[in-house]
Amino acid sequence: MGNSPTLQQIARGDGLALCAAGPWTARFAPALERMVADAEKLAGSRPGVFIDVSQISGLDTFGAWLIERLRRNLTQGGIEATIAGLSVNYSSLVDEVRRVPASAALAAARQSALTGLIEDVGRNVVGFGTTLTGLIAMLGAVLTAWGRVVRHPRSFRLTSTVHHLEQVCWRAVPIIVLITFLIGCIISQQGIFHFRKFGADIFVVDMLGVLVLREIGVLLVAIMVAGRSGSAYTAELGSMKMREEIDALRTMGFDPIEVLVLPRMLALVIALPILAFLGAIAALYGGGLVAWLYGGVQPEAFLIRLRDAISIDHFIVGMIKAPVMAAVIGIVACVEGFAVEGSAESLGRRTTSSVVKGIFFVIVMDGLFAIFFATIGM
Amino acid sequence: MAGEIADSVIRVRDVSVRFGTTKVLDGLSLDVKRGEILGFVGPSGAGKSVLTRTIIGLVPKIGGCIEVFGVDLETADVTARRAVERRWGVLFQQGALFSSLNVRQNIQFPMREYLDVSQALLDEITIAKLGMVGLGPEVAGRFPSELSGGMIKRVALARALALDPELVFLDEPTSGLDPIGAGDFDDLVRTLQRTLGLTVFMVTHDLDSLHTACDRIAVLGNGKIIAAGSMADMLASQHPWLKAYFHGKRARAVVG
Repeated sequence: MGNSPTLQQIARGDGLALCAAGPWTARFAPALERMVADAEKLAGSRPGVFIDVSQISGLDTFGAWLIERLRRNLTQGGIEATIAGLSVNYSSLVDEVRRVPASAALAAARQSALTGLIEDVGRNVVGFGTTLTGLIAMLGAVLTAWGRVVRHPRSFRLTSTVHHLEQVCWRAVPIIVLITFLIGCIISQQGIFHFRKFGADIFVVDMLGVLVLREIGVLLVAIMVAGRSGSAYTAELGSMKMREEIDALRTMGFDPIEVLVLPRMLALVIALPILAFLGAIAALYGGGLVAWLYGGVQPEAFLIRLRDAISIDHFIVGMIKAPVMAAVIGIVACVEGFAVEGSAESLGRRTTSSVVKGIFFVIVMDGLFAIFFATIGM
Repeated sequence: MAGEIADSVIRVRDVSVRFGTTKVLDGLSLDVKRGEILGFVGPSGAGKSVLTRTIIGLVPKIGGCIEVFGVDLETADVTARRAVERRWGVLFQQGALFSSLNVRQNIQFPMREYLDVSQALLDEITIAKLGMVGLGPEVAGRFPSELSGGMIKRVALARALALDPELVFLDEPTSGLDPIGAGDFDDLVRTLQRTLGLTVFMVTHDLDSLHTACDRIAVLGNGKIIAAGSMADMLASQHPWLKAYFHGKRARAVVG
């Protein structure tokens, strides 16, 4: 595509003539920038510079701006710079770049690493506070919406709830059952392997029963649901927020909490106990299978031992925890979803944060429940 | 570019595009000549954007041939494709700015990729481009979510023009702009076309734009070009849709 651009320098008395030729276009911008800088240096202290642009074969914004920049810098240095031979075709373009304001630096505010660090710490502390108040506010809003729905059952969105129930419960069953089954197998195998040293093989059934029904079953399922459905909720609500769909709902007189959040929360609160129950059964089944095949514990012996080892309390403890954890996951996911701003990056950050915070709060809740149940002796 | 055909920047021949069972484009042929501004009109949903996207290579076609700068993008290798892509700029209907980059980064994104120049020059060119589309340097630090609809259009145009392309695709560039802004925009397109020798492929419904900015108008209907020519040809046409379009209530105010 043609030859390369040039900027010939001709000394003329104590002045300097610069003769620009060739294509002054974006393609050659790096070379042009160097040439213009060289010419500027050369012009140094000469009183007048004459820039001849009549030989230019192609000019675009880059070329026009570089010529304009040369003229400006020279003028600023007290040198009289004149541009001559500008073709009519290019004059409007040159006029256009001439309007660029002087000192056009786009300075980005920078700060030192230390103040940046302190600022970050401060922001995180405040951010944690805002997260907590945000969660409490959302809990309040959901409960208010629930109260409204109880008073006016017609406004309850059954279709939406059933749809979400299918997504978070029915479609989650295979993966939840598979993973809890495998975890049951692993607990049982490890238990037998270590208990055998004391000749206490059979106690593996106690451990499996208590662990699965009280802790692992519900905790593991809650963590999986936070990763699987909490993230989906955040992404759905977040992208609706980005596309102003939530604002649209509001202007039509709908409460986004009632329309979007309540069905999702309800679906989660129903789904998690069901999934936790199925998960516990799968884990017990897996544990029993391994105990039989690996540890030689006959199924009949396993069942009898299981009946003796665990009481209904263990099961109830697990089932009480499940809906509370579901509510925590749902509220965290919805708060994060509504906090999404305009950018794709913010959507990704909020989805990550939804899962991380969801799991964190689930484990915190589990700890609080452990203290509570220990105190009341369950 | 040896194979470049004399004066057609875009050459579309018998192109068909099908979505499921509906044929959106059916044996469409169209030429866009070097240095002209082609206004592309047609009823909503007729496939104007589809043709634009097909030419750019975003929508696969089931038949026909498209050449841009004499290169058939379907058969061209990666380097040839890249070379063509560098020579065009695209303004999408919704702007399609990168939401996680601010205005300055959006405009500098293609420049940074292709040109090895100093940050100072990039910043100055960015301000020049913003000035060209009628925005001040103060918007450079803002993110797309903090811009109005019209500003998004302008920034997107500045980004499309970042590398000073030879060919620009504009998908409804003046929709969502106030009449003054739209008028400035038409002038801008005209100026760029005159100074840079730009070829413009403009999908638009703005009769003012068609009237003041476009050299030629092509009309899409039933998956084909039903008419192509100057504004005078369009006004003289007896085709019922063209009559309704160019002699309708809104047109009379413009055309007189």
